[in-house]
Amino acid sequence: MQLDGKCPGGPIAEQWDRHKFAMKLVNPANKRKFTILVVGSGLAGASAAASLGELGYNVEVFCYQDSTRRAHSIAAQGGINAPKNYPNDGDSIHRLFYDTVKGGDFRSREPNVYRLAQVSNSIIDQCVAQGVPFARDYGGYLVNRSFGGAQVSRTFYARGQTGQQLLLGAYQALARQRKAGTVHLHTRSEMLDLVLVDGEAKGIIARDLISGELHSYAGDAVVLASGGYVNVFYLSTNAMGCNVTAAYRAYKRGACFANPCYTQIHPTCIPVSGEHQSKLTLMSESLRNDGRIWVPKQKGDTRRPEDIPEQDRDYYLERKYPSFGNLAPRDIASRAAKEACDQGRGVGPTGYGVYLDFSDAIQRLGETAIQERYGNLFEMYERITAENAYRQPMRIYPAPHYSMGGLWVDYNLQSNVPGLFVLGEANFSDHGANRLGASALMQGLADGYFVIPYTIADYLGRIAPGAVDTGHEAFQACRESVEKRISGLLGGKGRQTVNEFHRRLGNIMWEDCGMARSRESLNRALEQIPQLRREFWEDVILTGAPGGLNQELEKALRVADFLEFGELLARDALAREESCGGHFRTEYQTEEGEAMRNDKDFSHVAAWEYSGEDTAPAMHTEPLAFENVQLAVRSYK
Amino acid sequence: MDLTLRIWRQNGAEAPGRLEEHAVTGVEPDMSFLEMLDVLNETLLKEGRDPVTFEHDCREGICGSCGLVINGIPHGPGERSSTCQLHMRHFKSGDTITIEPWRVHSFPILKDLMVDRSALDSIIQSHGYISVSTGSPPDAGTRLIGKPEADQAMDAAECIGCGACAAACPNGSAMLFVAAKVSHLASLPQGRIEAAERVRDMTRTMFSCGFGNCSNHYECEAACPKGISLKFIAKLNRESLKALFRG
Repeated sequence: MQLDGKCPGGPIAEQWDRHKFAMKLVNPANKRKFTILVVGSGLAGASAAASLGELGYNVEVFCYQDSTRRAHSIAAQGGINAPKNYPNDGDSIHRLFYDTVKGGDFRSREPNVYRLAQVSNSIIDQCVAQGVPFARDYGGYLVNRSFGGAQVSRTFYARGQTGQQLLLGAYQALARQRKAGTVHLHTRSEMLDLVLVDGEAKGIIARDLISGELHSYAGDAVVLASGGYVNVFYLSTNAMGCNVTAAYRAYKRGACFANPCYTQIHPTCIPVSGEHQSKLTLMSESLRNDGRIWVPKQKGDTRRPEDIPEQDRDYYLERKYPSFGNLAPRDIASRAAKEACDQGRGVGPTGYGVYLDFSDAIQRLGETAIQERYGNLFEMYERITAENAYRQPMRIYPAPHYSMGGLWVDYNLQSNVPGLFVLGEANFSDHGANRLGASALMQGLADGYFVIPYTIADYLGRIAPGAVDTGHEAFQACRESVEKRISGLLGGKGRQTVNEFHRRLGNIMWEDCGMARSRESLNRALEQIPQLRREFWEDVILTGAPGGLNQELEKALRVADFLEFGELLARDALAREESCGGHFRTEYQTEEGEAMRNDKDFSHVAAWEYSGEDTAPAMHTEPLAFENVQLAVRSYK
Repeated sequence: MDLTLRIWRQNGAEAPGRLEEHAVTGVEPDMSFLEMLDVLNETLLKEGRDPVTFEHDCREGICGSCGLVINGIPHGPGERSSTCQLHMRHFKSGDTITIEPWRVHSFPILKDLMVDRSALDSIIQSHGYISVSTGSPPDAGTRLIGKPEADQAMDAAECIGCGACAAACPNGSAMLFVAAKVSHLASLPQGRIEAAERVRDMTRTMFSCGFGNCSNHYECEAACPKGISLKFIAKLNRESLKALFRG
């Protein structure tokens, strides 16, 4: 298969404008004849659905939560980037573009990233107009803060709840369209399969989570905005329900899955406290603006942090990366924390933690200033750990947080399956091998507000509306295969719970496919995952009938897909024989332990095509060209 | 620690419900309340029994999915915390804990501890927004908003839509929820333009969804995991009055 990103070409700053002009339009009177199915109601899904509704399309939205306001974008804390250059510190579209390409360790597609930087300013305008209460100064102007991986202040924020406020903005825009009748909401409804008619995406099968019934929905195009897949690690900062099913089912129907091995481990999360742990809580990376990260210099130093004098502390990020210091990108900060703990210098009861210390900042700025900036985060930290971070340093440790990989899309955000569009974290396109802080919110909203409304018309303008309905035999066949999957799970008399399997899968993924991976560990994972999968289908405990509300069945369906997807992730990690961004292969590092890229052989997107149950997937590559940012070794020293 | 749980079990809105007693052992103080329920459910599953249905998602206090009445208190004894952020260190071994769903006329029980809160969405859909379409706004920097107004808007906008305010209210009122959204948007110049229509539409919908009126019990503020202030109900009332004179 030839993967063509269909980038328009020409000078990078003009590509998007020229492309917008070249694309087809749909006549205003015809728009209501087209039905678009949007799966997911996070920043990407909600903003897309609202914007498409405003344009006059007939939009159907699906989410597994009880309300579209609860998608996990809501939990993003830190902020959203835009190069407004309000602080007058030399920011520009080109600099944001450059930082993102470099931050992604030169594994993203230049034209997509440039477009992202271009439309990001409009996102701030849009959100302010919706009533998003971004932080302001006493003059009434918007303020910015700096964030990991950048040397300018370009991050807009709403206390420590930026994701919540942006999502509520999009949710409210969606509510307005619901009232206008352009959008229909299907909450508590989970997509379990994608329906293709003559090779094009024309519908989905979704399970009503209350009645347990399967429903078929037909549309002229399907937009997946179903989020990321790091719950494959079991413990992550994702919500409990976040899953790969929608994307993975699309993959099994022919959509290519790109770079699944690019997962981001976030450096500042609250450490694991015990076996019972069900999820990990992120502490916004913005804390690194004022907090200093350190561990004791000596192994096994059990003194309390306040008793460890300055000369016995190792501020390892400041030492290793003097120019970025505590603001080094996430992949670098996470690996450095792991390294310190692996050396036996970790802190806290488990030894898997490092200090994030605010005492200098409190001395310099006063407790009130710190409280104003991070009050809710300190409160959250205290609630979970019963420790007061104004008096003693926080303990943090890296945790799986974001997936840069996702379904392959072209410049129009269309997958290789015509009519299937993929937005936000669910696609692979903009962050390369590592995402910079405050860029996920930016990408989700860019895709939803400012890209898909244009690019979907280019597809719809070429087809006749309403050509397929749910009476088509493809729907029947697809539904039957979902029914079979469900009854296969419910049939047996197992002894292990879904959670136990998920935890075991997570262990394999974290140990062998986590922050550092090797040929040996990946081969081990590739052996263990299929065994675990077989065991799951034979021995999982599942009570109840296919109908009705059954939360265990919901979980089981998601874990069943993670058990297949984990293998794909490991396979991709094994094939990528280099270290880049969040993908660190221990065989490929410099003498100083830094990631070593191999641009000659791996400057490409690896996109995997499903080839059948018992056949290994086929890998296709899309070469990446760097014409505007010079390929260089990433240095934050 | 070892605990006795009395949990509400009910199979659907019309079915009769009852409190069922369960013992849980080996609970750690660092567990969250929901992780303690996970332990119970794992045990029930292994015994071939139906696990307890309860709602949860982010487990970091922001999505608003979770919500249990614990010993008669919505979200339990923790201060300013949602159920998922309540930790077992608030309890001691030997305690008996009663766990019930939100009991609000407008939130029918779906199963066990899970209720249908779509009435809250209906209120937002009635006018809990600013009417702006994608693409039209001017540059964000051209609009100045005083810090006190922006801060007040943010204080109100922190609502997570969990419904604890209505669950705590003896009159089953969602007034704090409505007040938070009305105040968030009315505090900002871009939200003032349709403030009168908004407050009318939202309060009307609140009543038509079956919620009661505010009866000044102040229970809502005490139960709110985000500490949304009662002063916003006063602001809601002022906005309603202003709307009366705007015809």
